[in-house]
Amino acid sequence: MTITMPSVSLMPYLPEIILLVTALLVLLVDTVWGDKRWLVWLAFLGTLVSGVAVWWLAQGPTLQLQDMLTADAYALFIDMVVLIVAAISLLLAYDWLIEHNEQQGEYVALLLFATVGMMTMGAAINVVTIFVALEILSLSLYILTGFARERLTSGEAALKYFLLGAFASAFFLYGAALLYGSSGHLDLIGIGQNLGTGGLMAGAGVALLLVGFSFKVALAPFHMWTPDVYQGAPTSVSAFMSVGAKAAGFAAFLRFFQVALAGSYAQWGPALAALAVLTMTWGNLAALRQESLKRLLAYSSIAHAGYALVGLAAGNSLGSSGLLFYLLAYAFMNLGAFGVAIMLEKPGSGDVMMSSLRGTSRQHPLLAATMAVFMFSLAGVPPLAGFFGKLYVFGAAVEANMAWLAIVGVINSALSAYYYLRVTVLMYMRDEEAGEEEVAVSKPPVLVFALVVALFFVVIVGLWPSVWMQMAQQAALIFG
Amino acid sequence: MLNYAWLILVFPVLGLLLNLAFGRRLSDRTIGWIASSAVFLSFLVAVGLFFTLLGMPVEGRQHELMLWQWIHVDLFRADVKILVDPLSVTMGLIVTGVGFLIHVYSIGYMEGDKRVQRFFVFMNFFIFMMLTLVFANNFVLLYVGWEGVGLSSYLLIGFWFEKPIAAEAGKKAFLVNRVGDFGMALAIMWIFKLSGRLSFLDIAANTQAIAPAATGIALLLLLAVTGKSAQIPLYIWLPDAMEGPTPVSALIHAATMVTAGVYLVARTFAIFLLSPVAMTWVATIGVVTAFFAATMALAQVDLKRILAYSTISQIGYMVLGVGVGAFSAGIFHLMTHAFFKALLFLAAGSVMHALHGELDIRKMGGLREKMPQTFWTFLIGAAALAGFPLFSGFFSKDEILWHAWQHAHWMWALGLLTAFMTAYYSFRAVIVPFLGKPRDKYLFSHAHEAPPVMTIPLWLLAMGALLGGFLGLPHASLFGKWLEPVFASAHVGEGAASGNLELIFMGISSLVVLAGIGLAYYAYMVDTEFPNRFRKSLGFIDGLVQHKWYVDELYMAVIVHPLWELAGWFAKFFDPKVIDGTVNGLAWVTDEVGGGVRKLQTGLVGWYVFSLFVGAVLLLGYFMLVW
Repeated sequence: MTITMPSVSLMPYLPEIILLVTALLVLLVDTVWGDKRWLVWLAFLGTLVSGVAVWWLAQGPTLQLQDMLTADAYALFIDMVVLIVAAISLLLAYDWLIEHNEQQGEYVALLLFATVGMMTMGAAINVVTIFVALEILSLSLYILTGFARERLTSGEAALKYFLLGAFASAFFLYGAALLYGSSGHLDLIGIGQNLGTGGLMAGAGVALLLVGFSFKVALAPFHMWTPDVYQGAPTSVSAFMSVGAKAAGFAAFLRFFQVALAGSYAQWGPALAALAVLTMTWGNLAALRQESLKRLLAYSSIAHAGYALVGLAAGNSLGSSGLLFYLLAYAFMNLGAFGVAIMLEKPGSGDVMMSSLRGTSRQHPLLAATMAVFMFSLAGVPPLAGFFGKLYVFGAAVEANMAWLAIVGVINSALSAYYYLRVTVLMYMRDEEAGEEEVAVSKPPVLVFALVVALFFVVIVGLWPSVWMQMAQQAALIFG
Repeated sequence: MLNYAWLILVFPVLGLLLNLAFGRRLSDRTIGWIASSAVFLSFLVAVGLFFTLLGMPVEGRQHELMLWQWIHVDLFRADVKILVDPLSVTMGLIVTGVGFLIHVYSIGYMEGDKRVQRFFVFMNFFIFMMLTLVFANNFVLLYVGWEGVGLSSYLLIGFWFEKPIAAEAGKKAFLVNRVGDFGMALAIMWIFKLSGRLSFLDIAANTQAIAPAATGIALLLLLAVTGKSAQIPLYIWLPDAMEGPTPVSALIHAATMVTAGVYLVARTFAIFLLSPVAMTWVATIGVVTAFFAATMALAQVDLKRILAYSTISQIGYMVLGVGVGAFSAGIFHLMTHAFFKALLFLAAGSVMHALHGELDIRKMGGLREKMPQTFWTFLIGAAALAGFPLFSGFFSKDEILWHAWQHAHWMWALGLLTAFMTAYYSFRAVIVPFLGKPRDKYLFSHAHEAPPVMTIPLWLLAMGALLGGFLGLPHASLFGKWLEPVFASAHVGEGAASGNLELIFMGISSLVVLAGIGLAYYAYMVDTEFPNRFRKSLGFIDGLVQHKWYVDELYMAVIVHPLWELAGWFAKFFDPKVIDGTVNGLAWVTDEVGGGVRKLQTGLVGWYVFSLFVGAVLLLGYFMLVW
């Protein structure tokens, strides 16, 4: 018996492969090497090399791995965002890992595995590969969420995330099965050509798939897991998944709707618009009175998923590129905000109470100023990155004759300013309670460096948005 | 060289960042020198640009340099792009050259102040923003600079914010400027709406698109000019702005920022030329402002306020110049004015320095003995301001008056009357403090000359005030030639110069100026009772002038008080009842909703699954219906 191997070039998957190899190396080195700090740097190096591979792929013609994976401009843009997120997240976790953890190797490897999953989400052009990527990503994140073993909340969060995630995956899979049943295809282009409209089965398939995506990017009412998980998980993990998983989820989400369902915008457009309104409003309302900074950021990330979804709901090219730009801008500002939270949290508590922000500006003026910039950017104050993200997606809504959606978005932004500014007000205009001891904030250099990088990009992307927007437009061109 | 023009913007930022980051560890003197060197380096760049442009063919003296793409949304394209042409380079030279001297002077002047670091950071920030304004190639970037200089002006007027009056003055300047800036913003939007363009060159090359609304746009721009350049009706902030440190008054409120309005008209002349109505408005506002501000300067007793009203009056001349289409004459006067007015302010600062902050000229007298260098430089400045023949102000003012004559005779006449008053009050400001007998023995005995770090800039500026005018001799104006390519398409009022007539006019205005100076000498040296008698003979007009024509009071009554009342109504009724009611109502609703949300957010997985399930059912229902 002879087995003929199909001739497949794995070249388009090169960046992911590099990360996979790095992750395996990390696990290997972990068993033989004593100094665990090098694991993080090894992984960091891996993200850089992978980034070079992305850059290299971008120079040549578009490569594709059958009808499973592609390395088109869109996939490479997502690769870039996810790699930046992974690199910064590694730096954010560095000190926490060294100080408070014994399984550094596992953490680093899992983070890389999750990154591979995220990148694959962007590269997948087949419902099956999307599902596999989703599972790689999710399983890694379930474990990472429970990584703060000394805290019960961390384990609880992991379990909740796992249960609900499994549930959502089932929806997704069922949806994929129904789509296959009604179109006879699993690749996105094939589905797009054969699905058509009409038929309960196709509609149900789309709805169930939408549930799966909505869960992953935390759209209301599928977001319930988010606050518990972000609050319970180690803060560096919250930072990582709040931006990375969101970017990856939206990447597959956008590609699926723009490629497989391009012809039926009239049907899904209004549904997504409604989801966007519900999500941002719910997220912002719930964030108003939070007493935990991490929980506040969790609800804020839900609201941001709503804003980003506006770009998808607009269904035009400005919406697609605006959404991609949004993911990039959001990555920097949210990583930064969580980074500050890492710095401020009391050892062992795994959280920052809003009340403890009082007087930060006096004790740590630079840290407070940095946080203020992230908050302003999240609130969408020009000329920071967050402003242009909103400008583009809301502009897309107006262009798509959904001015009402843009108006709802702007009203929501105003609402969100309340709780972002509340952070600033507490830091700058309230003194710490008498008798309260000064918050001992250690400022480890790696963490500081990560924050400076995030801050730098929040400002640069804001001052110089057109460069990044051009990349996003290039990526969105694949939708024709 | 042209491709390195961006360096001019970089140096002030570098100085600012250096002082911001390390200022606490440096001595005040080092901070001052860092800031001054930054401006000096920018000045060198400006000089380099100047010579590069000179070496190029006349038609080619225009270069746009893209720094980066800024905001691109659809057709809206605002870039960070700078425009190097004779006009921007001239302004750049003035801003950095005069700015550098004032920075150096400030090192001495601010010595011992407790916030020297902050002062120089603001000053460098101002230079950066002013250069952004001047070198911007499009309206949006210019607007950034426009607001930026407004901000630094606000910060520096209120620099000694412990003094309530300084804080008030800062607020007043900012608020009054908002009115003008509003006009600017509307004008920009209107222009974009009609033409889809934002860059000055594009707009100038395609004026037909905005022609239908040219008058409206130009008048909105004029509103912006009256705000920033302190013209009627928005001039009221400038006299109060004198509460800032004197170098600030010299740099921002005399030499550079307040002339931005004149620059704006010159830069956008293509728009103004579309509308003769608007041009007439510009010229009228200019000449009327020049006249009224001069009358107000007559009655002031505070040295810096005399200079402040004189600044308003002189900018009135410039606005008159650009309003009658003599753009290069307007810019020429801007330049000479920058020299002599900066000089006068710095010399006044030197007096103030010597007299422990005293500015009332009635308490001074005989200071010439104690501070000869200050006296001589002040005298040169005053002569230039008065338009004493062959001093710089003489040539530039005369050119404007000559063009005004060709435009409308009454403007010329009013301008000439203003020149008479200018000569009178500027020599009053020389004679009363510096000549005669000391009036306040204590002050006099403690007066002393300023240190070299302050007097050297004075002498350098005096050179400019003395010689600057020769750049623009009638018929052989190097200055006019240099600026010609910029205004090539504007042939209004230029040319048609009959040589003899112009010389006759020069003679007339020389006589008028000499008469004004003579009268000042008579009134304050010979017959010192004359001013009082003269005032009595004026009757109620004297009261009007004394109270600055009651304009502040009028604005108070007509604008501020009604707004105040309205604000009171808002504060007492509308805000607590309607707004707070709505907000509290919303908050209550939010609370209720939040309560509902909280009930769902129990932390129990079952509920979460339920929520997910409900969502899924809704989506299923929707999609199965519509598909």
